[in-house]
Amino acid sequence: MLKSQTDMSGFAYFPHTEDDIRVMLERIGVRSLDELYSDVPEPFIYKGEYDLPDALSEQQVRDFFESLGKKNTQLKVFVGQGAYDHYTPAVIPYITSRSEFLTAYTPDQCEISQGTRRYIFEWQRMVCRLTGMDVANASMYDGPSAAAEALRMAVACTRKRNKVIVSTKLQQNVLDVVSSYLKYPDIEVVFAWDVLSALGPDVAGVIVPSICRHGVIQDLTGIADAVHAAGALLIEYCDPSALAVLKTPAEWGADIAVGDAQTLGIPLCYGGPYVGFLACRNEYMRKLPGRIVGQAGDASGKRCFVLTLQAREQHIRREKATSNICSNESLMALWATVYLSLMGPEGLRKVNELSCAGAHYLYDELLKTGRFEEAFPGKPFLKEFCLKPLVDVEKLQQKLLDAGFFAALELDGYVTFCVTEKRTKEEIDALVAVVKEVEL
Amino acid sequence: MKYYDKLIFELSHPGRTGYSLPSCSLSAAETPGNVQSSAETDNTAARLFSGEQSFVRESVPNHLLRESILELPEVSEVDVVRHYTNLSQMNFGVDTGFYPLGSCTMKYNPKINEEIASHPLFAGLHPLQPDETVKGAREVIEGLDAALAAITGMKHFTFLPCAGAHGELTGLMLMREYHLARNDNARTKVIVPDSAHGTNPASAAVCGLQIVEVKSGADGLVDVEALKPLLGPDVAGIMMTNPNTLGLFERQIGEIAELVHECGGLLYYDGANMNPLLGKVRPGDMGFDIMHLNLHKTFSTPHGGGGPGSGPVGVGERVLPYLNIPRTSGFHGNFGVMLRAYAYILMLGKQHIKMAGPLATLSANYIKESLKDCFKLPIASVCKHEFVFDGLINDGARDGKAGATTLDVAKRLLDYGFHAPTIYFPLLFHQALMIEPTETESLETLDEFIAVMKKIAAEAAEDPDILHGAPHNAPIGRPDETSAARNPILKA
Repeated sequence: MLKSQTDMSGFAYFPHTEDDIRVMLERIGVRSLDELYSDVPEPFIYKGEYDLPDALSEQQVRDFFESLGKKNTQLKVFVGQGAYDHYTPAVIPYITSRSEFLTAYTPDQCEISQGTRRYIFEWQRMVCRLTGMDVANASMYDGPSAAAEALRMAVACTRKRNKVIVSTKLQQNVLDVVSSYLKYPDIEVVFAWDVLSALGPDVAGVIVPSICRHGVIQDLTGIADAVHAAGALLIEYCDPSALAVLKTPAEWGADIAVGDAQTLGIPLCYGGPYVGFLACRNEYMRKLPGRIVGQAGDASGKRCFVLTLQAREQHIRREKATSNICSNESLMALWATVYLSLMGPEGLRKVNELSCAGAHYLYDELLKTGRFEEAFPGKPFLKEFCLKPLVDVEKLQQKLLDAGFFAALELDGYVTFCVTEKRTKEEIDALVAVVKEVEL
Repeated sequence: MKYYDKLIFELSHPGRTGYSLPSCSLSAAETPGNVQSSAETDNTAARLFSGEQSFVRESVPNHLLRESILELPEVSEVDVVRHYTNLSQMNFGVDTGFYPLGSCTMKYNPKINEEIASHPLFAGLHPLQPDETVKGAREVIEGLDAALAAITGMKHFTFLPCAGAHGELTGLMLMREYHLARNDNARTKVIVPDSAHGTNPASAAVCGLQIVEVKSGADGLVDVEALKPLLGPDVAGIMMTNPNTLGLFERQIGEIAELVHECGGLLYYDGANMNPLLGKVRPGDMGFDIMHLNLHKTFSTPHGGGGPGSGPVGVGERVLPYLNIPRTSGFHGNFGVMLRAYAYILMLGKQHIKMAGPLATLSANYIKESLKDCFKLPIASVCKHEFVFDGLINDGARDGKAGATTLDVAKRLLDYGFHAPTIYFPLLFHQALMIEPTETESLETLDEFIAVMKKIAAEAAEDPDILHGAPHNAPIGRPDETSAARNPILKA
């Protein structure tokens, strides 16, 4: 790193001049800034120099990150597995970077946070319309943690049941996060490929994906009936973008819908920030974790939006809590809300059409190369699929990387691909040409 | 701020378009073959996929397709831009004005951080890309880890948690892993001071731990004598924030650390109040084994109206072997937030960091000393980044007329262009008013705030009704929150 050329006489984020500091110390009645720490036992005052770089100027910081950015390889992304390269309309970052949204705290101060509350209300309603559920919360950290919270919620909704069934058809990071979340409160977790085989009278909830980790669209016929007959709740993990065309969790008979809304135009950004959603049927509303915005009126009857069933940072139900989430991923919920407003039902359907057409084209072309076999013949998929490789996977991946493609991620002995509306026919053809160069 | 009363759904007009998508570049011959004939489709699906050829309908069996019409807004791009611009104007952010919200550290959010967070050389990286293709991103994570370790005296951090409460949960999982690895399975209690942030006991509860509360003494600090009998072989650890939520430094932390370690427990540091220690005191040196930081507080990343935040968890030597066991989010954490925090730390550098905590502490003490003649100051000692008043000295109550409460003071502040402080927390006082100014506010701003607080105190003494009706200038008046909680309209 360059040696600093920062002018040490001042710092742009600290407005205090020497005179200001003197005036303030006088008012307080102490002689020095150090005296403000007279209550800290002397051994705990750090006297060494911090092991940090020299302060950089703004231009140096910009150059530094530019140089780091150049160390990344920019690839055409043909992989999903929980993070999808959909197009981001220019309007979204323009709106979300408005400082009134960006630099606000969580909307606790009702009268001056109506902007945030209104878009959260809109987000909740859009989540309900996508999933068919009755009520949604203000958002979750991401899809995997939302899945874990939903399972906990199922335990809270069903008295004296402490076991949940988790479909191993879910993506790996969902399985990992669920395992961690449920390990310590001592909820028994059964991982099963066939969830119905593990059903019993002690089961509180069952979670299944609407599209499995291999990309296959799931036929959930009969699942809800069986789960409900056992007295348990059905949770469906879904891709909200795909819900524009696929059967909704409500239509499948699910009680809770969760997932990651990253597919709604949120950039990949090396894994975050994304945003999770959690929605349920009316009867479970009071067990929804996090916060919910509701519509009400002010004293003069003006429409306003309030935090209902609120779990504020300081007011959260302390030791009786069944979830500790209070804030959410507000700005990313705004991101997805603006996306859905721009897309509308028709735009979102077209995103699916383009992704689906591209994915099936790639699927057919890859099979024609003779370097793959079908992994799940005849099974329907939308934008993501798996193939059985007949070539050395490492060599295949390396060749693709060298040509600028991130594709053919290894998964359960298969390789996985994904095509979004951002991928052009030229890019797909170029990828297939590279595959053809891999020796059989 | 002006009142604007639309929802995006109310602007919808069928057939209006706000998107711009390419037409399909594949010819008919290249599109998937028919899985089923269109005769099989029912009416709803036919309406859903009406018009052009549908690849989805040809690829996916009918019974797996959406049955209901999707009701999303149909609006133009300009509708969207005006609507959300209007919504934003009913919001108050740090860029709007002074935000003295206690325990929230609403410091200024530097703009260069935003530029870096949206840098295209980072924004397009897939989280599962091989390490050799994301060397720059890995360097950001490693560099930030090293910087936070240097600032806090911990060994390493995990960046998976997306918020402070998420960090607490992850940190407590680590506490449990530490004990489980030693087959010390009886440790199921966690000690939490009565002044703790509400998330502390909530996080402990969802981590399967029982909460034992330790009382504060009259000086507002943890009562060490009350702590001693609580310690034993069933204690997993203690969660503390230092300075505590009264803004007071827990000066007996050395003794507390020794006692907790002696009984076999661990110390968890809630980093929500780290700001006054920035550049001055390191939690690792005080004996803490696990801690979280709120990058959206101490390290200047924007709160975003309630996220995305980042709550990295740091550990000392004892807990280091377990750092990567809990998986509490899907990929690598909120990378975009980490970029911002790293940029801020590089601007601070080893030089400016030393002033960050002290200037925050200076601002808080300056306000406290300037207002203690108008507001009750329950504990008079020097504070750190924040302090708590217990309501007005003269609330104007007389002849059966109700006095002005802390809520009234908070709402009246909005009329004068300031955000309200945190109110009715901590729970130790009935009229708590918790003020945290941060180091990014000028003397002039603090003086304006002090003048307004004095004016409000004078108004209360003269006629508390002025305060009861506040705010008078906000887009809306006080809402009827109770009826909304009982009978919420969550979906219209």
